[in-house]
Amino acid sequence: MKLVTAIIKPHKLDDVKDALKAAGLTGMTVDEVKGFGRQGGKTEIYRGAEYVVDLLPKVRVETIVPDELADQVADIIVTAARTGKIGDGKVWITSVDKLIRIRTGEVGNDAV
Amino acid sequence: MIDAGDTAWMLMATGLVLFMTPGLAFFYAGMVRSKNVLGMLMQNFFAMGLLAIVWVLIGFSLAFGNAGDGGWIGNFDFAWMRQIGAEVGPEWFGLSIPFVLFCAYQMTFAIITPALITGATADRMKFKAYAIFIAVWLVVVYAPVAHWVFAGGWLAKLGALDFAGGAVVHINAGAAALAVIIVLGKRKGWPREGMHPHSLPLTMLGTGILWFGWFGFNAGSALHADGVAAQALMNTFLAASAGMLGWLLVERIKDGKPTTLGAASGAVAGLVAITPCAGFVGGMSPILIGFAAGVLCVLAIGLKFRFKYDDSLDVIGVHLVGGIVGALLLGFFADSKVNKIVVNEGVFLGGGFKLLWFQFVASAVTFAFSFVLSFAIAKVIDKFVGLRVSSEDEDEGLDYSQHAETAYSFGNTGSMDRLS
Repeated sequence: MKLVTAIIKPHKLDDVKDALKAAGLTGMTVDEVKGFGRQGGKTEIYRGAEYVVDLLPKVRVETIVPDELADQVADIIVTAARTGKIGDGKVWITSVDKLIRIRTGEVGNDAV
Repeated sequence: MIDAGDTAWMLMATGLVLFMTPGLAFFYAGMVRSKNVLGMLMQNFFAMGLLAIVWVLIGFSLAFGNAGDGGWIGNFDFAWMRQIGAEVGPEWFGLSIPFVLFCAYQMTFAIITPALITGATADRMKFKAYAIFIAVWLVVVYAPVAHWVFAGGWLAKLGALDFAGGAVVHINAGAAALAVIIVLGKRKGWPREGMHPHSLPLTMLGTGILWFGWFGFNAGSALHADGVAAQALMNTFLAASAGMLGWLLVERIKDGKPTTLGAASGAVAGLVAITPCAGFVGGMSPILIGFAAGVLCVLAIGLKFRFKYDDSLDVIGVHLVGGIVGALLLGFFADSKVNKIVVNEGVFLGGGFKLLWFQFVASAVTFAFSFVLSFAIAKVIDKFVGLRVSSEDEDEGLDYSQHAETAYSFGNTGSMDRLS
């Protein structure tokens, strides 16, 4: 199994989720994260004082899939999350040694 | 002659009505997504800044000049606060409070009416365009309609009744909201994406403030500390309660669960509907009016999905529909025993259909006037300034794109460095 992890723009989450659902994926985990990359920060102003906020809000999407689907899932995310502007984020694939479904005790691809 | 009791009550009522605008701000702000909270709060608070000034410069005079003329608009007699002072003012008004207090009281109405529209245009209107829109709208739309009804204009002369602004405030703002969102378009992703309220506690707080402030709105519209004011206060209370029950009952039957947002919305629907009726009805009528509004408004808000217009926070479903329900039901329930101003009693009190017809005319003309002019104003602003934020700014949210701020900075991972 592979773990596909993506960091995307928050407003692209619905597009990514819908695209993955349409491709038949049965689950994903999402959290709100902050970070910086090439996009840099943004400037906020409070009573005339300017502050640079260098950690921007992003969304991290994680989903575990059978080996043969990993590339396809990554492509789906890239297509759905792309705006073409700086700050679109990244997708990476890592190997998963073991996967267990807690309710049934199923292991491996059966637990995906 | 100035009456101390009346003056004391109206000083307080003015404060109560002003408090409704922050209440409305939080009622709406809780319903938007967390990236648009400040945008919503700012639009409402900014109305208190800008519209107060526009009101004393020109708005009040266009609304209340030439009072009792049976006409369409006031004049410039009171512009720049001319002739507005501590005396009771022109005889037509029959005031027992300082004229400057009457001007201030009406100012709070002029502030909240354009602010009501922000619920429909949520999350996508450019702040600059909003500022221009409400200033122009106050002068071109609100002032004439207030003149027709509150200053002895043609609708008042015709015999239509509107105690505290069912047509002037709610039908007027609701029709404008419909016109502006047709020009503005729907939010990106609506209705496919879930855009549920980010903080219902804020909405409940706002509802409480609105309910509280509405006593000043309706009972204050008596302009005296008297029996009519007391009746208006009781009617306001009962209609809000019955509105809540009506809305929740429909939700319970239709969706299975009574919701907090439903309770808040039902109370507001009841308050909207009782507004034109407040000082003209009595007995059990406010309960029937509020209940009808709660039921009809919850059914009306579903229509936006059918007709595919993005009335984001249901200004049309609650204020336009609730305002029309109240204006028309007054034609059934108006009671001359409650208020001697009532010449033609309602259908249920044996007054025939005369008043109902006047109420229909008042509602229809107010709707048409406001819709057409609001549409035109929005179109012109769209052409020269752009009504809507850019697609990127909409994704970013109004808080940052329009105001360079963030509403919520929880935790210590914000990592902010001071630049200057």
